[in-house]
Amino acid sequence: MRSREAFLMALEALRVNRMRSLLTMLGVIIGVLSVVILVSIGTGAKNAVEREIAGLGSNIILVVPGQLTTGAAPTQSRLDLTDVAYVRRVVGNPAKVTVSLQSGETVRAGRAERFATVVGTDENLPNIFDRPLARGRHLSGTDVDTRRRVTVLGSEVADRLFGDLDPIGRQVSISGARFRVVGVYATVGATFGVARDAEVHMPVTTAQRLLGLSRINGMAVGASGPDEIAPLQERVLSALRERHPGEQFSAVTQTQLLGTIGSILGMLTGVLAAIAGISLLVGGVGVSNIMLVSVRERTREIGLRKALGARQRDILAQFLIEAVLLTTIGGLAGIALGVGGSLAIQALTPVPASITWWSIVLAFGVSAAVGVFFGVAPARRAGRLDPVVALRAE
Amino acid sequence: MTPDPEPTPAPAVPAPDEAGLAAIEAVDLARSYQLDGVSVEALRGVSLRIARGEFVAIVGPSGSGKSTLMHLLGCLDRPTTGSLRINGVEVAALTDTEMAELRNRTIGFVFQSFHLLGRTSALENVALPLVYRGVPKAERLRRSRAALESVGLGHRLEHRPSQMSGGEQQRVAIARALVGEPAVLLADEPTGNLDTRNGAEVMRILDELNGERGVAVVLVTHEAEVAAHARRQIHVRDGLIELDTGEPA
Repeated sequence: MRSREAFLMALEALRVNRMRSLLTMLGVIIGVLSVVILVSIGTGAKNAVEREIAGLGSNIILVVPGQLTTGAAPTQSRLDLTDVAYVRRVVGNPAKVTVSLQSGETVRAGRAERFATVVGTDENLPNIFDRPLARGRHLSGTDVDTRRRVTVLGSEVADRLFGDLDPIGRQVSISGARFRVVGVYATVGATFGVARDAEVHMPVTTAQRLLGLSRINGMAVGASGPDEIAPLQERVLSALRERHPGEQFSAVTQTQLLGTIGSILGMLTGVLAAIAGISLLVGGVGVSNIMLVSVRERTREIGLRKALGARQRDILAQFLIEAVLLTTIGGLAGIALGVGGSLAIQALTPVPASITWWSIVLAFGVSAAVGVFFGVAPARRAGRLDPVVALRAE
Repeated sequence: MTPDPEPTPAPAVPAPDEAGLAAIEAVDLARSYQLDGVSVEALRGVSLRIARGEFVAIVGPSGSGKSTLMHLLGCLDRPTTGSLRINGVEVAALTDTEMAELRNRTIGFVFQSFHLLGRTSALENVALPLVYRGVPKAERLRRSRAALESVGLGHRLEHRPSQMSGGEQQRVAIARALVGEPAVLLADEPTGNLDTRNGAEVMRILDELNGERGVAVVLVTHEAEVAAHARRQIHVRDGLIELDTGEPA
């Protein structure tokens, strides 16, 4: 028998048992669908986080006091502006070092108010972070040196307080002090759940006086290139440890953040794929089960075909092709639904979904392999049936 | 060809050039089964020779071994001991695949319960043996149509078994048995599921095919009336041939 005949024969058998074929495929469809969708969600989440990290700017080293380990209690900062000046000397490029002191405060303008993250920083912030302006100007060196009460608003804060009005030159009140708005940042979105559009920037010196603090939360150092990051990180850390013997400081780079978060999300994607894979396996067992039923039900047919001259391999091929067709058609349907589902999720929900070609290839390959693997046993049983016994079957 | 251990009368064969080549030649055929560790002897040494173009009835009560004999003659089963030649080919030496090919080319089956594929047209049912022979589709359909016409069903090509009477279904089965132009047609109680009129029609067709095409017909039955159609009768009882009216002179 030619392979084309065997193929058509199997297709015909599936068509004849339409309902049963569909229900059998359903297991495979759901399995493949979940692989494609879950992997696309996992990948989408990973991509989104990586985009956020990359969106901060390039070649950034964040320097904070204490040990940076998950679950550790926040350390009381020992860093102040003299340390910043010291690090600037160590780095040798003062413009590539900026500072951060943060506090949650309510910002008011007239009757409107918004709870915002007040960030005390300096004129070097835009040299290190990607923080484009929508209007106005950045903080200047003079603002910092003379402790001016000026502020640059995040887009959300500006919208909330001023709506359609142009905030430049207007007054806001923060912790009872009046500030003049000199700039508004462009919308940048959230990074690690930190709503950067809800920030309010002011000179770090002004912030220290406002909050009654002399410390800062941390520093950010910009390296001149990717190769500079590691040596610079080491230089800054050892300089700070030398200056404050016995104290811990940490420096994290974007690459390190990316690596840690990437591997966590990668693992998550793997777990999701494995769970989906189990449902694909269950679908495969369903195919095997139905094929066994089908072989039993069609025992007389098999006996007849053998009597008419079908060889063992003809019968084996017929049933194996049937099983593989069930799973590959189911697999293709699952891929179509999975891709459709991922696109729908992307379009209709905030969940980022990114369809990956490897999950599609994998899902299809696995479903075809499931067909072969779970189809072989029933097909062999069919092929080996004794025609005399098979013809007598009820 | 090896000399016959049991001399038999010279066969009347339609093809003179192949004279002496029997359609079926069995020597001392035995078949035993293992049932729960007990050996059951279904056939205990049967020798027979059926020439080309003969019409033979194998008659016997149930349990006589006639079904076992039919399965052996149809190459569906292998003898435990003894020799069986179908169209000159020794069956014992064949692999499963070769047996399947021998069935496909040499033997046509007609069963009591028709054994047609449901939800498949008469034409495609008839074409099935040719599928396994690798005959191209157009040729297959041409020959199947001709076979159906020869059993008077030229107007029923696209009908499914469920849309046909029992007599028509059995005629489709006969067409299927004939489409591969076999040397032997094995009919196992072909009228068993039919009423008298349809049964008579089926027997008439078998008679006709035997006469016109020279295909050897081996009819397995327990009905004396049906067996009377055959020119030669072989009675089987307890796994042995009880009576053989012999090949016609």
